[in-house]
Amino acid sequence: MEGVEKIEHVHGHHVDPVVEYQSLKFGMWLFIATELLLFGGLFAAYTIFRAKFPEMFAEQHLELNKPLGALNTAVLILSSLTMALGVTSIQRGKPKRLALFLLLTILLGLAFGVNKYFEYSAKFHHHIYPGTSIFFSLYFTMTGLHMLHVFAGMALLTTMLVLTLRGRFSDKYYTPVEVSGLYWHLVDLIWIYLFPLLYLIA
Amino acid sequence: MANHTIAETITIPYLEEKGLLSWLTSTDHKRISIMYLLSISTFFVLAGISALLLRFELLTPGKTIVDAHTYNVLFTFHGAVMVFLFIVPGLAASFGNFLIPLMIGARDVAFPRLNLMSYWIYLLGALIILISLSKPADTGWTFYTPYSIRTGTDVILLTFGIFVLGFSSILTGLNFIVTIHKLRAPGMTWHRLPLFIWASYATAILQVLATPVIAISLLLLIAERVFGIGFFDPAKGGDPILFQHFFWFYSHPAVYIMIIPAMGVISEVIPVFSRKPIFGYKAIAYSSLAIALISFFVWAHHMFVSGMSEVAATIFSFLTFLVAIPTAIKVFNWTATLYKGSIDLKSPMLYALSFIFLFTIGGLTGVFLGALAADVHLHDTYFVVAHMHYVMIGGTIMGFFAALHFWYPKMTGKMFNEKVAKIAWAFVFIGFNVTFFPQFILGTQGMPRRYADYPPQFHSLNELSSIGSWILGIGMFVMAINLLRGLFNGEKAPQNPFNSLSLEWQVPSPPPHENFEEIPHVTDWTYGYGKKSA
Repeated sequence: MEGVEKIEHVHGHHVDPVVEYQSLKFGMWLFIATELLLFGGLFAAYTIFRAKFPEMFAEQHLELNKPLGALNTAVLILSSLTMALGVTSIQRGKPKRLALFLLLTILLGLAFGVNKYFEYSAKFHHHIYPGTSIFFSLYFTMTGLHMLHVFAGMALLTTMLVLTLRGRFSDKYYTPVEVSGLYWHLVDLIWIYLFPLLYLIA
Repeated sequence: MANHTIAETITIPYLEEKGLLSWLTSTDHKRISIMYLLSISTFFVLAGISALLLRFELLTPGKTIVDAHTYNVLFTFHGAVMVFLFIVPGLAASFGNFLIPLMIGARDVAFPRLNLMSYWIYLLGALIILISLSKPADTGWTFYTPYSIRTGTDVILLTFGIFVLGFSSILTGLNFIVTIHKLRAPGMTWHRLPLFIWASYATAILQVLATPVIAISLLLLIAERVFGIGFFDPAKGGDPILFQHFFWFYSHPAVYIMIIPAMGVISEVIPVFSRKPIFGYKAIAYSSLAIALISFFVWAHHMFVSGMSEVAATIFSFLTFLVAIPTAIKVFNWTATLYKGSIDLKSPMLYALSFIFLFTIGGLTGVFLGALAADVHLHDTYFVVAHMHYVMIGGTIMGFFAALHFWYPKMTGKMFNEKVAKIAWAFVFIGFNVTFFPQFILGTQGMPRRYADYPPQFHSLNELSSIGSWILGIGMFVMAINLLRGLFNGEKAPQNPFNSLSLEWQVPSPPPHENFEEIPHVTDWTYGYGKKSA
C-alpha cells in the first residue's frame, strides 16, 4: 500500500516508558476534568438555590461547626503537602520515605473522615438531616460526595503504599504514584471550595 | 497496492482462542469490540421487540393488546434500553474499539486493562437495569421530576444502572482520547487521520465532558427519592425544571455521542465506494469538533414550553440553528465526494446513501423544532417522535448497518451473501419510511406522543405506521440471519475485499492479536482513491 513502509519492530504497546508516563498523566487529567464536571452540577445547584434563598443560607450556615471545618481544611492541606513530599522522595530514589509519606497522607485522610463523622453525628443529634432544608441537603450531598472521593483517594494511596513496600517504585519508575498524587490534590482542592461556600457565608 | 509490507502470515488471528473465559478476560481491543457488539445487539433486539409491541398497541384506537400502564412501561424500557444500552455505547464502544488502534497503526488502546474494565462495568450496569425490570419504571427515559420522584415503580435501580453505565462511557472516551493523542504510528499526523478517527475523537470528548453531568443528575434524583433532599420538589422549595436543565445538559450532547461516530462511518464508506478522495477532508474533520462544541450550548431547546424567559428561549433557538452549519458541511462534502465518482452500490454503500437521505430529513425537521413558534405547536407530538427516529434510525442505525456490512469481512474473516444483504436493505429502507413518515403528518395534526390511545381520526396513519414497523422488523431479521449465516457458511474473506486504502485493510482478515507485525510508517492520507494504484 502507498504510504506504508517498514520501521523497527516494536514488541507490544507501551514499551516506551515515556509514552506510558505521558499517557497515564494525560488520562488522569481527563479524569480530573470529569470529576470537576460532576461537582460542577452541585456547584450549579448551590448557585441557583443560594440566589433563590439568600436568607436561608445566611441563617442556617451558622449551624455548621466552623472550627471543626477549619481544622479539616488544615488537615487536608497538610495531607497534600505530605503527598507532594512523597512524590519528591521517590523522584530522588527514596522508596522508604515515600512509604512513610504515603502512610502519613492516608492517616490524615482518615483524620478528616473521623472529624466529618463527629460533625455529621452532631447534626443528626440536632435532628438535622438531608431534606431538613435545601441548604442542609446541599451541605450533606456536597460534603458526602466529597467524602466518598476521600475514601476513593485513600484506597488508591493504600494500593500505592502496598506497591511501594513491594519495591515496585524507584527514581526510574514512579508514574502511578505521581498520578495518584494528582487525584489526591483534586480531592483537597474541591474541599477548599466547599469550606468557604458552606461554612463561611457572611 | 504497491508493496505489501505487512506480512499476511504473522501470528495468531484474534478470533482463534476459544472459550467464554478467554473472551471475558481478554484485553485485546478487537475481542472487547466483539463483546460490545454482541451485547449492544442483544439489547437492540430486546428494545426493538418492545417497539414492535408499542406499534402493535397503536394499530387500532382503544386497547389493542396492552393496558395504559404496560404501555408506559414498554416505552420507558424501549427508550432507556435503546439509548443507554445500545446507541450511546453503540458505534463508539464496538467499532471504535475495533478500528481506532488499527486505523492509527497501534497495537492496542492506551489502557487495555481499563478497556476491559469498561466492558465489565457496562455488563454490571446492564445487569442492574435488568434487575430493575422486576418492578419496571414507567417514567419515560427522561425521568422528568416530579413524577419520577412519586411513581411507585423502580426508578432508583434503573437510574443507578444508568449511573454505572456512565463510568463505562467515561472510561472508554478517556481511553480513546489518550490513544489517539499518544499512540499514532510514525507519520500518522492529525491531518492524515481517517475521518472515523476524527469523529471518534469528538465523540470521546463529549463522553468525557458530558457524562459526569448525567451522573450527578441521576445521583440527585436517587437522593431525592431516598432522602427527600428537595432540589427538584416544589413543595420543599426545589425546582422540577432544574432537573430538566441537568438532564438535557447531558442528553443533548449525548445525541451527538450517538450520531457523530455514524458520521465517521459514512466518511469512510463513501470514498471507498465512489473511488474518489473524500471532498473537504478538513471541513469534515473540524465540523465534528464544531458539532461537539456547539452541542453544549443548545440543551434548553428541549424545554421551550417548560417555562423559561423569552430572552433565554430566543438565545437557545438561535444557538440551535448553529448546529445546522457543521452538519450541513458534512452532508455537502459527502455529496461532493459522490459527484462524478464511479459509484458501486454494494450493501455498505446503500446504507451510507440511506444515511445521507434520511439524516437530511431528520436534520431539517430538527430546524422546525428549533424555531420557537413552530415548536410551541409541534412539541410533544408525533412530529418529535418522527424527527428523532429519522435522526437515530435514519442516521445512527443506518451508519451502524453500513459499518456492520463494511467491516464484517475484516472482523469475522468471512463474507456474507451480498444479494440477501441488498434485499434486507430494501425492506429496512422502505419499512423505516413507512413507519416514521406518517408520524410527521400525525404530529402536525396534533397527535401527542406517549399515549396508549388516540382518537379515531388518526387511525389510518397509525395503521400505516404499524404496518411499516413490520416491514422494518422483517428487514432487520433477514439482515441478522444473513450476517449470522455468513459466520458459518460464508466464503473466506480476502484481506481487502473493497479495495480500501485505510490501514485496517492492510492486515489479514481477521487481524492478528497485535494487529501489525511491524508498526507501519505512514507517508500519506488514506483517501488517495482514483489513482492507478487504487
